[in-house]
Amino acid sequence: MTQLVLTDFAVARGPCDVLRDINLTVGAGEFVGLLGPNGAGKTTLMRAALGLMPHRGRSSLSALPIKERARAVAWLPQAREIGWPVSVADLVTLGRLPHLAMGQRPSPQDRAAIDSALSRMGLDAFGNRIATQLSGGEQARVLIARALAQDTPLLMADEPAAGLDPAHQIGLMETLAAEAGRGRCVIASLHDLGLAARYCTRLVVLAQGGIAADGPPSKVLTPELLARVFHIRALVQQTQDGPLFQPIGVV
Amino acid sequence: MTRALALVLILLVGALFALSLLIGPAGLTPATSLAALVRGEGLAETLVMREIRLPRAILAVLIGAALGLAGAAMQGYLRNPLAEPGLLGVSGAAALGAVIALQTGFAAQVALGLPLAALAGAVLAVALILALAGPRGGALTLILAGIAVSALAGALTALVLNLSSNPFAASEIMFWMMGSLADRSMTHVWLAAPFIGLGGAVLLAQGRAFDALTLGEDSAASLGVNLPRLRLTLVLAIASMVGAATAVAGAVGFVGLVVPHILRPFVGARPSRLLWASALGGAVLVLAADIAVRLVLPDRDLKLGVLTAIVGAPLFLHLVYKTRAQGL
Repeated sequence: MTQLVLTDFAVARGPCDVLRDINLTVGAGEFVGLLGPNGAGKTTLMRAALGLMPHRGRSSLSALPIKERARAVAWLPQAREIGWPVSVADLVTLGRLPHLAMGQRPSPQDRAAIDSALSRMGLDAFGNRIATQLSGGEQARVLIARALAQDTPLLMADEPAAGLDPAHQIGLMETLAAEAGRGRCVIASLHDLGLAARYCTRLVVLAQGGIAADGPPSKVLTPELLARVFHIRALVQQTQDGPLFQPIGVV
Repeated sequence: MTRALALVLILLVGALFALSLLIGPAGLTPATSLAALVRGEGLAETLVMREIRLPRAILAVLIGAALGLAGAAMQGYLRNPLAEPGLLGVSGAAALGAVIALQTGFAAQVALGLPLAALAGAVLAVALILALAGPRGGALTLILAGIAVSALAGALTALVLNLSSNPFAASEIMFWMMGSLADRSMTHVWLAAPFIGLGGAVLLAQGRAFDALTLGEDSAASLGVNLPRLRLTLVLAIASMVGAATAVAGAVGFVGLVVPHILRPFVGARPSRLLWASALGGAVLVLAADIAVRLVLPDRDLKLGVLTAIVGAPLFLHLVYKTRAQGL
């Protein structure tokens, strides 16, 4: 089952196109890493596909009515905003809003989704803590838990791993990979190519307004592409512990 | 916790409403007052109770609730504890309408001329804000448009005062702008109640959208909040409530700023709960202030808006101090 279809998709900022001729189909069970240097248009692609900014061409998500879209896709922006000193439990409960009718209180089923999201992000004991008083990394995990609690077929995240310590980066990538393994679909923009190589099932590389490469990590992360798009040399090795990726120098 | 808060606030509103009915220069005993109010015993007493004290108490509740609720909604929408309903410029424009009515004599010639002119000012302000901010702009353009309208209304009000050849009109304007609930009739209640009731109902229904905005505009939109529609709803509802409140009571400041700030810790900072809590809290504050106005200086006609500003400004300073202490 496909979760996102972009057809002849293009986004303009002012007179020039930031993205053009994007054709992309993402299906259930895929964990897509969206890669590209700064300014390649990763965030723009995701926001425009969601319908949060104007675009040309067709996106299966922005075509949905707003309420229906909220049940089809969860979106985790890069800016980690927590506007008020609310409790962690209240904040994660916001993820259930699209599933609640007007005036309806969270059901036991909603509670289960919230608890499961909290425990998957290692936040079991955090429910009553005030979200704004947590550290930056902890806040990031709370916001990821909010997106998980939304329990949508598609999860889109903008640099979810930024600002997490190594253990929680690995924990996050394992959680997202497990979500994909359960039949959901995950699209995440990433800067850490090593994490992307190890956990993503598919990598999409953006460069100069288009898709420079699209495929499994072993096919995408070639020396030629790394030099052309990222201007780096890297050591890529298949080991017993999975693929290893280590940038070595700038080209 | 929130249930206890609701109970306390409702009891306070009830108690202060009753107290407001029992206080006044007529010096009636509580028993006579109640008999006059409920059964209509005694011509003069009935007149005092039903035509002077009852409208005053009802207006205190309405206007307090309107300002508290509008303040909580503005803060929720902007995710900023320093926001207040006056930011939209509607109260300034309503005051300008009233000032022009006073200056031109329209207020004296036409029944309800003053509140109607104030409402017209509020409607003009909304039209101007929506035209300036456009249909799809963000929160920032809305605030900038509000500040522009506010400044324009303030400048024009000053111009009217400046050019006023009639010192009586000028002093009447000064006193009106201080805000008061004295000498209002049931007609004022009927004029303000529909606008405040409608705006309030619309705002209370947006609780979830304000909750979702805790996560920022992008996340809220992805959670199913229609942001352009929310913004339009917010502007129209706040203008309707604040415009009507300013039209009948003049400018009563600081209620919309201070009440949500005081109550926020008691509702776990959740914007949706803060809406109704601030409506009740605003009613409590304005009822209490209006009683204090009559008790502190009974002979000097202390204005309600002056008292709320005198109490509100130190609280605002405290808020600034606390914000600084948090390192923001």
